Amino acid sequence: MKVFTYERARTPHEAVTALARTPGARFIAGGTNLVDLMKLQIETPEHLIDIGRIGLDTIDDTPDGGLRIGALVRNTDLATDMRVRRHYGVLSRALVAGASGQLRNKATTSGNLLQRTRCSYFYDPNQPCNKRQPGAGCAAIGGVTRQLGIIGTSEACIATHPSDMAVAMRLLDATVETINVHGQSRRIPIADFHHLPGKSPHIETSLNQDELITSVTLPPPVGGRQFYRKVRDRASYAFALVSVAAIIQEDGTGRVAVGGIAPKPWRIEAADSEIPKGSEAVAAKLLAGASPTAENAFKVSLVERTLAAVIQEAKAS
Amino acid sequence: MTSQTIKRARFPRRTVLAGSTATIMASGVPFAEAQTQVSEGMDVTFEVNGRAHSLRLDPRTTLLDALREHLLLTGTKKGCDHGQCGACTVIVDGQRINSCLSLAVMHEGDSITTIEGLGDPEHLHPMQAAFIQHDGYQCGYCTPGQICSAVAVLDEIKSGIPSHVTKDLLGPMEHSGLEMRERMSGNICRCGAYSNIAEAMAEVAGAQP
Repeated sequence: MKVFTYERARTPHEAVTALARTPGARFIAGGTNLVDLMKLQIETPEHLIDIGRIGLDTIDDTPDGGLRIGALVRNTDLATDMRVRRHYGVLSRALVAGASGQLRNKATTSGNLLQRTRCSYFYDPNQPCNKRQPGAGCAAIGGVTRQLGIIGTSEACIATHPSDMAVAMRLLDATVETINVHGQSRRIPIADFHHLPGKSPHIETSLNQDELITSVTLPPPVGGRQFYRKVRDRASYAFALVSVAAIIQEDGTGRVAVGGIAPKPWRIEAADSEIPKGSEAVAAKLLAGASPTAENAFKVSLVERTLAAVIQEAKAS
Repeated sequence: MTSQTIKRARFPRRTVLAGSTATIMASGVPFAEAQTQVSEGMDVTFEVNGRAHSLRLDPRTTLLDALREHLLLTGTKKGCDHGQCGACTVIVDGQRINSCLSLAVMHEGDSITTIEGLGDPEHLHPMQAAFIQHDGYQCGYCTPGQICSAVAVLDEIKSGIPSHVTKDLLGPMEHSGLEMRERMSGNICRCGAYSNIAEAMAEVAGAQP
């Protein structure tokens, strides 16, 4: 790790004040992704502001019947909350499909949204990567691409967003709430939170440099049968090749979002209305314009088949 | 790994399992001290196995390195050092975590339990005894992490935390073999002692593997 200085914030205001005061500062909460990347010197913050004890760790009912999830609620606690299990089952399922028990005990809600890609070229400092070093080039393109993106990618980057939780958040139309040092707050729809790479893959979210995520809000429950089906190379503790989050209502309508295939949780609202027609129609809308490589073209049919499995399971139950 | 071989030959397996005497020379020099630049020390106080410790540490020191290199509690092992293998698993305030992915200074006021705190050769924790009885290890390197994880897993099931294989999110959690295996997936065993580990856990849980 590169040398850094460290301080503990006691309140959200102290945290954003420290951030504004210190050039090169970063927040650290669970640390499960950041510490790993610091060991590899892919992340080299000069100053860490520990926000592990500033509160923001409760799950509260909102006046409209939804839930406000504190940014620092641990993944385990969120997956276990009885309101989440009962009304937002897809979120609970997505959370326990991710990482390991140890990691979920530390990883936070906002940290999960902000985690970096697991593209092996991003992780290898000996390879050029436009995310690590803008303009350096992309070794993944033309490299080993089995795990990488098939849609939403660009000529600069074909990495995927690794989160399971974020796919469920996208399906549920969550809103990310932030504050800054001037006391201003902002509400960012999850659809706009993660960026597509375009020519600047190092800019991954719409979070401003002076902002702290305070919570993620879920709208009132929409009912239906909720699924998170994750397909991966081993049964547990692996990133998704493809994952499907879905809510299917009794009348056969619903909504879907897909993970493992794009630089952000992938949802095309126009695909939702195709659900009664079946998985092929849904996949056609979701993957229109996909540009897979020869090595990951299997993800195109895997998306369709995973959708088919989910729709079939919804019908059978 | 000659030193490891010699140690293993001298001590009976039970002694090695207890952790505190298992001196495996994985890394002699703390990574932070091997750097040319030096950080200013940070004070941190936490409790390990019921004993309070105040340390002044380079902020880069992970909880794992603080335990091993500063407190000489070498039962907790450094495997991958990237949160992938689970050898460094310890229990912090009742929850298992990867100590390699946590900075020690983030643990001010925390209560940490390592393998040394679960039991010792004269007073084995039931999970340690079950691992011995069921041969839940071969080389033993991942074992302290496996045991800390296994103890926490049974608590997680008891407190109703769901897993990826839980069929009914709203129903009671089961002690099935499938549940144990899924919940233990963050602990890798290169020797492949998984089925014996599952049997040891089932015995402690009072269930069938």
